[in-house]
Order: sequence, then C-alpha cells, then structure tokens
Amino acid sequence: MRPAEAPYETKPATAPTPTAGVAVTCERVHKRFGGETVLDNVSFNLGQGSFTSLVGPSGCGKTTLLRIIAGLETPDHGRISLTGPPGSRASESAGRQSLAVVFQQANLFPWKSVWRNVAFGLELAKVDPATIERSVANALALVGLTGTEKKRPYQLSGGMQQRVGIARALAPDPSVLLMDEPFASVDAQTREELHDELLAIWERTKKSVLFVTHSIDEAIVLSDEIAVMGVHPGRILERFAVEMPRPRTEETTRLHPQFAELRHSIRELLVRDALDAPAVAAR
Amino acid sequence: MRASPQLRLKTAIAPDNSEGVPVDALLPRARSAAREKIAKWSVRLSVLAMFFVAWQIYAGHVNTILLVSPSAIASEFGHMVSDGELGAALVESLSVLAAGFGIALITAVPLGLVWARYKVVDWAIQPFVSAIFSTPLIALVPLYVLWLGFGFLAKMAIVGSFAFFPLLLNTYQGAISVDPAFRDVARAFHATEGQTWRHVVLPSCVPFIAAGINISIGHALTGLIISEFYTNAAGLGGIVLQSSDTFRTARMFVPIIVIMGLGITLMAATRWLKRVLAPWAER
Repeated sequence: MRPAEAPYETKPATAPTPTAGVAVTCERVHKRFGGETVLDNVSFNLGQGSFTSLVGPSGCGKTTLLRIIAGLETPDHGRISLTGPPGSRASESAGRQSLAVVFQQANLFPWKSVWRNVAFGLELAKVDPATIERSVANALALVGLTGTEKKRPYQLSGGMQQRVGIARALAPDPSVLLMDEPFASVDAQTREELHDELLAIWERTKKSVLFVTHSIDEAIVLSDEIAVMGVHPGRILERFAVEMPRPRTEETTRLHPQFAELRHSIRELLVRDALDAPAVAAR
Repeated sequence: MRASPQLRLKTAIAPDNSEGVPVDALLPRARSAAREKIAKWSVRLSVLAMFFVAWQIYAGHVNTILLVSPSAIASEFGHMVSDGELGAALVESLSVLAAGFGIALITAVPLGLVWARYKVVDWAIQPFVSAIFSTPLIALVPLYVLWLGFGFLAKMAIVGSFAFFPLLLNTYQGAISVDPAFRDVARAFHATEGQTWRHVVLPSCVPFIAAGINISIGHALTGLIISEFYTNAAGLGGIVLQSSDTFRTARMFVPIIVIMGLGITLMAATRWLKRVLAPWAER
C-alpha cells in the first residue's frame, strides 16, 4: 500500500522539536452566527511541523475556526497570521497559498478523473505540466492510490475518495494541512486504516497539521498536541501534549498507558464544561 | 447441545453450498429480474398487438373519414415514401426544428449563465421571464407571422421560442445550485472567478442543461407543428393539415406517426447525450 520511495523530502531525525516555530497564529478570533457566539476571542497557535487536533462537541466552533484559518469564513474580529518556514517570513497572501484543506466529505469533482482532481490545485496555480505530472504521481503514491488515475470519484469507495481528497491537498506541497473531520463519514474499519495511513504520511512529510475532530480517541492516536474546545461560547479550554513515541500506529497508541490517561482527562474536562454551561445551552 | 448463536447466524445468512447446488439456484433475485424483463416485454408486445388488431377490426365498421385501419395507413405510408413526398416533408420540418432549436440553445444557455452571475441581470429580466413564461406561447404565434411572414424565418422563430424557456431556466437553475462544498474547494485552492466558472460552475450545469435539452426538444416539436399549421402549411404539420382539410384520413395519419417516431427518437438521443456528458448525475 505504501510507496517504497519517499516522494517528499523528509526532514532529518534531528529536526527541531515540533514547537520550534509557529505555522499559524490566531489572535482573539471572534465569530458570531445569528445571536450565538461561536468563537469567543480564541487565541491559538499551530506549531511548525506539529500535528495538532481541535477536539470538542458539536457547536464548539472547531470547524468554524478551521474555516477561518483557511480563508473560507471571515472572523468578526481577530487576526490570523501565517508564518512560512523559518527564515522566510511569508506575506499574508503568499501564506494562504501554503495552506491546503481536506474536507469532511471528500468533495471530489465528479466530472474530473482522480488524476485531474489531484492536479486541481496545481493547475489553478499554473504550475508547469512536468511538475504537475510528478507531484500528482507522488501524492497518489503517498496515499497508496497509484493506478486509479483514470477512475472517476464515484467509482471509488468512501475511504478511497477521502484518500484522493488528501492527495489533492498534498499535491501542491503545502506547509500547513487543515483537516476538517476528514474521517467522520467513513466506516470504523476504514477509519482505522486511514489513521495508520495518515500517521505514515505524516512521518514522511512532517507537515504542520490542524486536525478537527469530535473523537477524543482519534485525536490522541494522531496528534502531538490536542486543543480541547468547550461550547457556549466556543473557546479553547485546555491544551494537552501527547508524548507517545512516533512512528505510531492505531494499535500501538491505543495500547500505550498514556492513551487511557489522556482519554480520561479530556473526557472529564468536556463533561465538566458541558455541566457548567447548562443555562446557556438550554436557552 | 445448543449451537452457539454465531454458528446459527452464519447458517442463516450463508446457505451451505457443499452439496454442489447450481449457483444460480442460490441467486433467486437475479433470476427473477431476468424473468420480470421477459414478462414485461411479453405484456407490452401483446397489448400492442391486441391494440392494432382491435383497431383494424373496428376500422372496418366505421366511416373511413373518421378512422382508417392500420393496414390502410401502412400502405399510404409506402406510397408517400416511394414518391418522395414524406422524405421532402421530413427534411423541411427537420431543418426548421434544427435551426429553431439551435438558436434557442446558443442564446438560452449563455443568457442563463449571465442571469445567474449578475444580480443586476436578474433584477432586469425577472419580470420579462415571468410574464413570458406564464403566457401560453401559442398566443404569440400570429404576432410572429405578422412580423416575419409565412416562411422559414417565422417558423424558426416559433420553434426557437418554444425551445428557449426550458433551456434558459434549467441553465440558470444549474448555475445557482452549484454545491457550496465544491465552491469551498475552489476557494480553498485560491481559484479566480474565471477558474471557478471553468472548473466548477460550468461542469455542474451540464446535467441541468442536458435535462433542459430533453424538455426543450419536446417543446420544440410542439412549436414545429404549430408553426407549420399557422404558416405556409409545409412539412409534416402541413401534410396533417392539408389531409384533414381534404378528408384524406389515412394520409393524415402518416406524418402523425412520423412525428411520434421523431419525438421518441429525439428524447432517447437526449437521454443518451446526458448519460455521456454527465455520467455522474445518473442514479
């Protein structure tokens, strides 16, 4: 399933620790929808090369925060800044170019082949054909879908479609990957396979990843850091570092003693938050 | 001893094939589908045959001005084919149909797209569209004759107006109902407006336009016959009109049957076109 050669340049083992730099900074981001405060002055940063998850119940604004970072929503006030790799202080607009989004539904264009879907971002950026050819091949190899180039999305299973969605995001080689509950709509077994695959992809690419999920387990398995969000109003309650060794797999992580410990702490935090805000929630 | 629940469940859902039962005996569903198809066509063909036999018998007992037998129509059909009259009428009608429909297609589709794109166009044309759409177009036919005469031009304009509205409305509907998730993908990849139209909006419209073509062909055929009735009484509609005026009932039936065949053929062709152009929209 996994390609033999590393299509992306992997950082040396002595690479700086995940929190060495900051890839995305959100300062006092505020967003209201109707009368509801969805994000209440949220400040947050995504470490360079870190895999960070946003975990929280429905309505905590985690997807909204991701969409604001992606430029798909505008905050009422607050600031998003994107920093390029150390040494290259990228401008705001150039910074946005280095973001890529993986959506909850793969959202593949049914009128394009798998190859064309993966090439989408590169074609828009008017990259030269030889580079597109190479990048698409690499991205497809990375998600284990070499050979499906000519297929149409509706000829693939849900899990495969989501892998094409990941390949489409990876093809332009962004520095930050924003993933919005990408595995929420696939079956449990496929989800576990995709977790292992995403862990392997992350080992090869070491992208800065912001991963939105409502599954505590999923966040622990995948992340270096977990930001837990509370609801009414949406805000970050606490951040947890996941210190389990990499490379990981779903299974090794679940068997690790820290897994149950973290799961318990996060769950307790969320339950406490839900109990603290009943008056607002009942409104 | 009681069998374990798993074991019982297994035998219940997967019949044991160790005794060499033919595989198709285990697939009752597949066999009944094939049987149903045979049954369906047997019913259809026998009802059709009964219909013609009843018609043939009944027609022998009534005045031949009111109704003629299928055999009389068939022999008249033969005559009209061999003396070239039917062929000439068909060519005449088809050229009006093609010209009128072609003009509708090349005007309605761009207008539908512009309507969907610019709010000001929406404001401007909404009243006209509602007014003309709710008017029976046949009321305008004498006006076309007054302005454009009795020839090809008037007929083409009539066919064009009948075909125009389904195409316009379907194109507009297609362009405004693009899946917002696809627009998000385009925005996440920083598509310019032109790129969004080319890669997202136009392809999304294709199944709508194809459905518009399908409806519009039916309207165009209606327009064609009306135009031939109200102008120089040429083409297939002309033969219907002249034959009915002169009480030549068998002769009147021939173009009616040709028009039916034309309608069925064109509908089938446009359904095929939709399958080819927008295979993803097929359920």
